[in-house]
Amino acid sequence: MLVVENLQLKLNGNSIINGLDLHVDKGEIHGILGENGTGKTTIANLIMGLSNYRPTGGRILFEGEDISDLSVSQRAKKGITLAWQEPARVEGLTVRDYLSLSAKNGSAGQIGRYLLMVGMEPKQYMDRDIDATLSGGERKRIEMASVLAMHPKLAILDEPDSGIDIVALPLLLNGIMEMNRQGSSVLLITHSEQVTEIAHRVSVLCAGKIISTGAPLETSQWFKNNCRTCPHINEPSH
Amino acid sequence: MIRYSVEEEYKGMIDAYQKAGGDKSVLESKDTAKLVVHQNKVLANDGIKGLKIDTEETDSGVRVNFTIEKGAKIDRPVHLCFGLLPKEGLQEILMKVDAQDNSEVSVVAHCIFPNAVKVIHKMDADINIGANAKFDYKETHYHGEDGGIEVIPKARVRVGKGGVWQSTFALSQGLVGKLDYDFEVFCQEKAVAELVVKAYGRGSDDIKILEKIHLDGRGARGMAKSRLVLSDKAKAEVRGETYGNAPYARGHVDCMELVNGTEAVAVAIPIVSVTCDTAKVTHEAAIGSIDRKQVETLMARGLDEDEAVDVIVRGILK
Repeated sequence: MLVVENLQLKLNGNSIINGLDLHVDKGEIHGILGENGTGKTTIANLIMGLSNYRPTGGRILFEGEDISDLSVSQRAKKGITLAWQEPARVEGLTVRDYLSLSAKNGSAGQIGRYLLMVGMEPKQYMDRDIDATLSGGERKRIEMASVLAMHPKLAILDEPDSGIDIVALPLLLNGIMEMNRQGSSVLLITHSEQVTEIAHRVSVLCAGKIISTGAPLETSQWFKNNCRTCPHINEPSH
Repeated sequence: MIRYSVEEEYKGMIDAYQKAGGDKSVLESKDTAKLVVHQNKVLANDGIKGLKIDTEETDSGVRVNFTIEKGAKIDRPVHLCFGLLPKEGLQEILMKVDAQDNSEVSVVAHCIFPNAVKVIHKMDADINIGANAKFDYKETHYHGEDGGIEVIPKARVRVGKGGVWQSTFALSQGLVGKLDYDFEVFCQEKAVAELVVKAYGRGSDDIKILEKIHLDGRGARGMAKSRLVLSDKAKAEVRGETYGNAPYARGHVDCMELVNGTEAVAVAIPIVSVTCDTAKVTHEAAIGSIDRKQVETLMARGLDEDEAVDVIVRGILK
């Protein structure tokens, strides 16, 4: 479904992404594990086509089509979406409105269901604005509900677990699995081995390059053994 | 000048209000207190127990005495509908409001100018809010796309001990034209004033906002808030002034102007002044472009860029 070939990004003379290759199959939850600063968020932004994230080399193919030159909207209309690590807050836009934008033909009941899937009570949240009055964790769960409501072909989830408390985390992971059951492929970007347990495959990222791909448990263990204690972050030759 | 019968004028006003997105059943309801004025003609004046609306037609508009009797609590919002349907004309509203002690009312004013090419709409209001009275005033404008209108709302509001004045002025439908908004509030002990202005300037709209709050009584509180979005060649100057003149007075000026494009011009001038050592007045003013991350968040849900900007602007001006 998603094929990333030899992707490169240089910013201000610095190489951020260095010939990254990645395949996400249809129906797959593909985890990306990486330490801070290895390029996790950059990959998400490049695939979604955000401003200032235009590849300096390589290709991004989605369902066989090169999408490298498409806008964010065009990519979204093809079925790709992104849940930001730190979602934007928009004054005057209610949770109901935000979810309705994603769930084009969704009724109020259906929209409420997406909130319940991430452990939020619709009555309590529907009419609140997605502004600074929400906590970081609340805003992130609403972001996830919004992705669920969209039923994307490919959901890119950038650190969905950061800022989420231990009570809400299982709900969030259930939400991701439900999304997958409903037919969405998921690119699950995280630095937590625990979160990648729900993935079908996991890739390890270092210096903007995939250095290992495999089954979740083995790859997580490999990541733990090789990356957690590595004094050479972003120097994969070590 | 086109001549209208009273019935035609009334129907014209109600239809224009509905076309602009208003709920005309509200204005048609017999249970709702309302005043409907077309240019200088009073088309409807329905009071309610505890509320008296006296009117006098003048050459260029109407004089209105609006009285809420002592202790009266008006359950439903009172609707005021002012407007001018022809392309040219002048409407001057001279308003005197007396919200007597312990009264409570919510007033919704609809100002409708769908065809304006050369229209002036002026309001001069002298407002007195009694002790522990509460007055909530929302004024929404519905303009056409010609922008040939000059809107000049001016009000002097005195809020008595423990009284509350809340007002919201919104102009986001159609072109603003020229707006010169000037509201000044004087708060006595423990009185509260909240002024909010929201406007969407486009084309060559010219917007001037002055929100002025004097916190003259002990423990008085005030907030002057403005939200403006400017596109094309629109320009705006917002002055938010708050004066903390009494012990434990608290005030805040909050101005946000968003500029969309390279030709619009936004100016914000917050003035805060304190003449008492236990008073405190703060301000925040921000001028900037529409946040790219907000736009792309909505684009990632399938909205085109213009649609995303529109959603953000509507949110700010809601």
